[in-house]
Amino acid sequence: MAYKTIIGLEIHVELSTKHKIFCNCPNEFGADANTLVCPTCLGLPGSMPILDKEALEYAIKAGIAFDGEISKLIKMDRKHYYYSDLPKGFQVSQAEIPFCNGGYLEIELESGTKKINLERIHIEEDTGKQIHSEEGETLLDFNRSGVPLIEIVTKPDMNSAEEAKLFLDKLRATLKYIEVSNVKMEEGSLRCDVNINVVNSDTGEKSNISEIKNLNSFRGVVKAIEFEEKRHIDLLESGSNTKKETRRWDEAKTATILMREKGDASDYRFVVDGDIPPVKIANEWIDEIKATLPELPQDKKTRFVESYGLSSYDAGVLTQTKELSEFFEETLKHINDSKLVSNWIMGDVLRRLNDDEIEINQSNITPIALADLLALVRDDKINNNTGKKVLKEIFDTGKSPEVIVKEKGLIQISDEGEIKEIIKKVLDDNEQSIIDFKNGKDRAIGFLVGQVMKASRGKANPQLANKMLLEMIKER
Amino acid sequence: MDLTSLKAWEMKEKIINKEISCKELIEAHIRKIEKEDPDINAFITLNKDEALRESDKIDAKIKNGQDIGLLGGLPIGIKDNIVTKNIKTTCGSKMLENYVSPFDASVIEKIKYNDGIIIGKTNLDEFAAGDSTETSYFGPTKNPINKNVVAGGSSGGSAAAVAANMAALSLGTDTGGSVRQPASFCGIVGIKPTYGMVSRYGVVPVSDTLDQVGVFGRDVKDATLILNSITGYDKKDSTSSKKSDSVVSLANFKEDKDYLDGIKIAIPKEYMDLVPADKKAQEQFNTAMKVFEKSGAKIEIVSIPHLKYAAEAYYIIMTSELSSNMARYDGIAFGHRAEEYETLDELYVNSRTEGFGNEIKTRIMAGTYALTGAQNKELYQKAMRVRRLLQEDYDKVFASYDVILSLTSKDLPFEFNLTENNLIESYRANIYTAPANLVGLCAMSIPIGNVDGLPVGMEITGDRFKEENIIKAGLGYERAVL
Ligand SMILES: [Zn+2]
Repeated sequence: MAYKTIIGLEIHVELSTKHKIFCNCPNEFGADANTLVCPTCLGLPGSMPILDKEALEYAIKAGIAFDGEISKLIKMDRKHYYYSDLPKGFQVSQAEIPFCNGGYLEIELESGTKKINLERIHIEEDTGKQIHSEEGETLLDFNRSGVPLIEIVTKPDMNSAEEAKLFLDKLRATLKYIEVSNVKMEEGSLRCDVNINVVNSDTGEKSNISEIKNLNSFRGVVKAIEFEEKRHIDLLESGSNTKKETRRWDEAKTATILMREKGDASDYRFVVDGDIPPVKIANEWIDEIKATLPELPQDKKTRFVESYGLSSYDAGVLTQTKELSEFFEETLKHINDSKLVSNWIMGDVLRRLNDDEIEINQSNITPIALADLLALVRDDKINNNTGKKVLKEIFDTGKSPEVIVKEKGLIQISDEGEIKEIIKKVLDDNEQSIIDFKNGKDRAIGFLVGQVMKASRGKANPQLANKMLLEMIKER
Repeated sequence: MDLTSLKAWEMKEKIINKEISCKELIEAHIRKIEKEDPDINAFITLNKDEALRESDKIDAKIKNGQDIGLLGGLPIGIKDNIVTKNIKTTCGSKMLENYVSPFDASVIEKIKYNDGIIIGKTNLDEFAAGDSTETSYFGPTKNPINKNVVAGGSSGGSAAAVAANMAALSLGTDTGGSVRQPASFCGIVGIKPTYGMVSRYGVVPVSDTLDQVGVFGRDVKDATLILNSITGYDKKDSTSSKKSDSVVSLANFKEDKDYLDGIKIAIPKEYMDLVPADKKAQEQFNTAMKVFEKSGAKIEIVSIPHLKYAAEAYYIIMTSELSSNMARYDGIAFGHRAEEYETLDELYVNSRTEGFGNEIKTRIMAGTYALTGAQNKELYQKAMRVRRLLQEDYDKVFASYDVILSLTSKDLPFEFNLTENNLIESYRANIYTAPANLVGLCAMSIPIGNVDGLPVGMEITGDRFKEENIIKAGLGYERAVL
C-alpha cells in the first residue's frame, strides 16, 4: 500500500543582534554562566522590558526575505508556563498577531521546483538554560534568557525527509545571506521541531500527528523523520494508529521516545504584555530595511539561470550558500566557462565538501586554483581523470595546480609520435587481443586502450590515443 | 513646637530659612515613629541610620549655600512595593520577606535626586492586592484618626504615616483606588496621576495597564510638591509618556487665584445609581457641592453608560494581569523557597502555597480562570472591550467638563476583619475609583469632612494629562472652606 508522508516544521532561530531583546545585556554565546544578565532578563520584581529595535529589524528582514506579509502593528503577548529556566513564569511572545504572515521558500527537487509555504513567523524571547551537574544537581544559566528568537512555522507542505532537509538547507542559507543569525544547530541558534503523520493514499486513512523535539542536527531531523515515517506506517498496517503526542529524538538509540501525550496540552493563558506598548511599523521603515537586504538566494538563482545559462537545478545548488555562490562567480572571473565551472563544482567539489562535512570557505581550494585547474583541462594539458586527481591534491595540500602537475609530471601527452611508440609496444605485447578484435569482440578495444593509458601512466590524451589505436590496429 | 505636624512645604521653608536643621526634622520624625508606630504599624522597615546620614548631607548643603532639591530634606515614606537598593522590599508578603533589590526604582532615584529622605518602607496589602492593608504578612495598619478602623488600602501604611505625622509625604501605588481610598480613610490628600505620568520602573506590578505611582500629602500643595518631583518620561518604562514632563510644576499655581469660578463640573449619575454610598457620607458630599456652587462652579449631572460594567471589567483585568505578574514568584531564583519538595512541581507548589496569603491566592485563581481556555475570550477580552467603550464615554464627558466629582469611597472607614466575608461587596466598593485606572485618568482624593469622627473624601477626576485641572479644583476647594 502507498503512503504519503506529511511534514510541517517549527523552527526557532536566534537573532544575532548586539543586545538581548528587552535589555542591554550582550547577546553572545559561550560566556561564563550568568555573566550576561541584569534585573530585566532575570525577571526581578519591578524590572521592565524595552523592546530592542534591532531585534525587530532583524525579524522583519527575515520576514521580507521569505516574502511574508509584515504586520502594521507589532504587539507582544505573554505565554505562561512554569519551567525553571523561564524566570518570569511567562515567555514574551506573540499570540494571534505574529509580525509576519505567510511567505514561502522554494526547494529544488529532481522533479522540479517545489514551494514550501510558511504559516507565520513570530518574535519572542529565548529562555535560560539548565545545566545538569555530575552530582545530579540542576544549575541554571540565564545568559541566553532574553535572546531574541523568531519562530518560523511552515505549512505541512513537505512529503519526505529529503524535502525537509532541503527546506532547512534553504532556510539556513537564506538567514545566513541576510546575516540575521549564525544558524548553528550545534550552538542552539537554530532549533527545529517536526510535526509528522502519514496518509494511506488508497483508503485516505491518516495517522495522528506526532511532534518530534530535541533535534540537534539536520542529520538528526532526517533520521527522526525516517524513523517516524516507518513507525506511523507500521502502526497503520497493523490496524492500529499513532497517538497525538510529543516525542523526542534519542540520538544514541536512533529512535524517537515518548515525552508526553497531547491530551494534557497546557493552556498558555495568553495575555497582552502591558509593559510593551504596541509598535506601529511604518511602510518607510520596511522599505528602508528592504534596501539593506543583499541579493537573496531566490533572486540569485534566477540571475544564474539567465546570465550563465545554467539549469534551474544547478543554479539552485550553486546558490545554496552565499559562500558557494560567491566562489562560483569568483572562479568565473578567472575562467570564462560557466558550464565547465558549474559541472566541476556540482560534481567533485561538492562531493568532497560533503565527505569532509565542511563549507567551501573552510576548505583549501580557492577560486583561482579551481580556475587554473580547469584551464589545464580545457587546454588539454591534462585529461579529465588527471584533473580529478589534481583537485584531490589541492583539497589535501592546498598547493596550486601548476605545482602539483609539475611535481608529479602529470602533463598530458598529446605528441602523436610519443603516443604512437606506446601503442606500438602495447599492440606487440597483445596479439591475441588484436585477433579477438578482428573477430568482432569489441570489448578487446577497451582493454587495449586501458593498456595504453596504463603504459603512459595516465598521461596520454585519451581521445587521441583512442583514435590512433583504431587506425593502427587496422594497419596490422 | 511639634515639627512633624507642619505641612511639608512649611517644613521645607523652615529648613531653607535655617530655622530648623534637616537632622532635627528627621530626628523628630524618628521619635514620632518609635512612639506611635508600634501601635499603628504603618512601617515595615525603618530606614533610620541612612535617613540620619542623609540629613547631615542636606544640612551641609545648606551650610555651604548650595541649592537643595524640590523635596529638600523632607522625610518620605515609600510603599514597600517600590524597590530600593539598600532597603528590603517585601511587598507585604512572606514571599519577599527578605528580598533586597539590586536596583532603585526610577521614582526612588527621583526622590533622592530631589533631596528627599527615605524614612522607611510602608505597609500594604500583600502585593498591593486589597483595600484595607489587612492582608499584609506584617499585620494590618490602624487608622491614625480612629484606631478601631482600617487605614484603607492597599497603600494604607503610606496614608497612615502621613496622617499620623510620621512622614511628611509618601508614595503609594494605585491600581483601582489604592492611593485615593486610604487617603480618604485617613483624612489626607492622595493623587493618582495619569497613566504614563510617573515611571513604573521598579514598581512591583499588580496590573501593568492599571498601576500608577501616586502620592500622599496633608494638603493639595504638599501632594503637588511630591508629585512634581516624580513625574516625567523615563526611557526604562516604555509606558511612560513624553507628555508627562511638565504640567504639575507648583510654580504654575498662583496663591491668590480663585480656581473654582467658572469651572465646569460633571457628576455621573451612575455612581449613585449603581452602588449607593453611605447616607451620611453622601450628605457631606452634597455640602461640598454647595461650596463649589457658591464659588461659581457650574455643576451638571452626566451619564457614563458603560460604568455599569466597570467594576466587573476592572476585576477581570486586574486579576488576569496580577496572575501573570505573580508567576515569577516560583521559589527558583529569588523569594521564598519551600524547604520540603521532591520534584520541581512540588518546589513550585509548596513555595507558592507557603509564600502567598489567602487574598493573593484568591486573585491569582480568579485571574488564571479568566485567562484560561474559552474564558480568555468570554471574560478577559470582553473586559478589554468594555475598557475601550468606557474610554469613549469619558472622552465625551471631558470634551465639555473640566473635572468629574464624586465620593472617593462609598463607605466610611470600616472595622477590621470585615472584608474577608464580603469579598464581592468589597470588590464593588471600587466602583468610584477603578474607572480612572481603566481609562488612565488622573484623580485626587481630598478630605471634605467627618461622619462620627471618621473622615470622608471627595474624588476629583480629570482627563489624561490634565493634572492641572484636578489640582486647581482641589486648591480652590481647600481655599474656599478655610
Ligand atoms: Zn539583561
